[in-house]
Amino acid sequence: MKVAVVGVGCTEFGELWDKSFRSIFLEAGIEALNDCGIEGKEIGAIYVGNMSGGKFIDQEHIAALIADHAGLAEFGIPAVRVENADASGGSAFRQAFMAVASGMHDVVIAAGVEKVTDSVDPMGVLSTSIDQEWERFVGANLPALYAIIARLHMHKFGTTEEDLARIAVKNHKNAVHNPKAQFRKEIKVEDVLSSEFVAEPLKVLDCAPLSDGASAVILANENIARKLCDTPVFVEACTQASDYLALQCRKDLLTMRAVSKASRDAYRIAKIGPEQIDVAEVHDSFTIAELLAYEDLGFAKKGEGAKLIREGEVEIGGKIPVNPSGGLKACGHAVGATGIRQIVELVLQLRGEAGKRQVDAEKALALNVGGTGATAVVTILSR
Amino acid sequence: MVPRFWRKIKYRYDVVGSYCENCGSYYYPKREICPRCRRRSKLRDEKFPDEGIILSYTVVNSRIIAMIGLNNGAKTLAEVCADKVEIGMKVKKAFRRYGEEGEAGIIYYGTKFVPI
Repeated sequence: MKVAVVGVGCTEFGELWDKSFRSIFLEAGIEALNDCGIEGKEIGAIYVGNMSGGKFIDQEHIAALIADHAGLAEFGIPAVRVENADASGGSAFRQAFMAVASGMHDVVIAAGVEKVTDSVDPMGVLSTSIDQEWERFVGANLPALYAIIARLHMHKFGTTEEDLARIAVKNHKNAVHNPKAQFRKEIKVEDVLSSEFVAEPLKVLDCAPLSDGASAVILANENIARKLCDTPVFVEACTQASDYLALQCRKDLLTMRAVSKASRDAYRIAKIGPEQIDVAEVHDSFTIAELLAYEDLGFAKKGEGAKLIREGEVEIGGKIPVNPSGGLKACGHAVGATGIRQIVELVLQLRGEAGKRQVDAEKALALNVGGTGATAVVTILSR
Repeated sequence: MVPRFWRKIKYRYDVVGSYCENCGSYYYPKREICPRCRRRSKLRDEKFPDEGIILSYTVVNSRIIAMIGLNNGAKTLAEVCADKVEIGMKVKKAFRRYGEEGEAGIIYYGTKFVPI
């Protein structure tokens, strides 16, 4: 059964001090329902991506809470939370996709939500995605592991701190035109290079912020999709792969094997190659993560990712624009909401509703990564 | 929290990992099934070499955290006690304190590395 995205919604990402966990979810959900003109009763199931309600806001049983606050518990609509660190959103989308593709449900909602600013140590919570017994124990956190990858990439392939800085600069430039983005302001390469070290060689401006935010999409089977909207966006493939959790267990520290496997599978299912992707939203939790994505998604050869940013190929207007939304770096990283937020952006791009950051695109790819790459979800969408 | 660290003492203090007698692979930390051999796994504990080289590193919270390539091909992440390090530097293991749970709490020990 062909599956389409018919409605999208997203809150502003950022420090949403005056809004609660449940209210931001509702805001995104209502926007998605309005977008495709359904009431909510039509929904067969709810899939919620959320990394750590328990640690961020001391709340578990998130899916039931959401069904309740959305008024959908009234109809008994089943809800389930999906957790895969910061790939929770992408994984929730995949569960929702499979539910419709299998014929089990006709219409479902896939959402993501995270409230991080109410926590005293959000980066500590995010770092629970790495191996606590063998990585965290010795003093590493999430940025430290990405820093180790970055240093090795520089050593082996001649990638420079400036190359990484250019990725942050590009994403900030794109975010200026995204009304939902956390940082709608341009930065310069020098700003990145002169910002404080978080974990050498990565600096503050190489890292995505941790944000509050929610996002939601409505999926429907092809028949219903055509009735609900004039511009359904089809899911051509939605794949997921795993890798060893701890970095030390991976043979090659410079390849995210889960990303290359999930993308190879997705290209095969969608019957296209990486060169046919017109726009991508990738998981730039750190600038080095975006660089690895260029290589592991097949946009560049291994070791040559830096060329794409140096030559402007990943800018809007380039050969393969990456993160027109501003990415995690500048649009913000609302952890469990990020994977769905990427889908929202690509749907807007494919519909031609992305305003000043519009890319001319027929095929789009989203990459959502958990932790240092032990989980990767790749989605290919088409107009 | 006590049992978690007690269970790991042998592996943390002495860099004891797994060796698969079926395929000859080394794993650190210890595994309970060989990913290659699956049901044919023949894993046993083995004390790993004391020396290795720094494959990559970072400085975070004023500590040097490095990926160490041990001489048998396995890798381990650990703190390196040195003022300055570089990729390719030879290091050897050392028994060190990693932290403690408050002033009266349990002290965590483990393996760190020092330049040779």
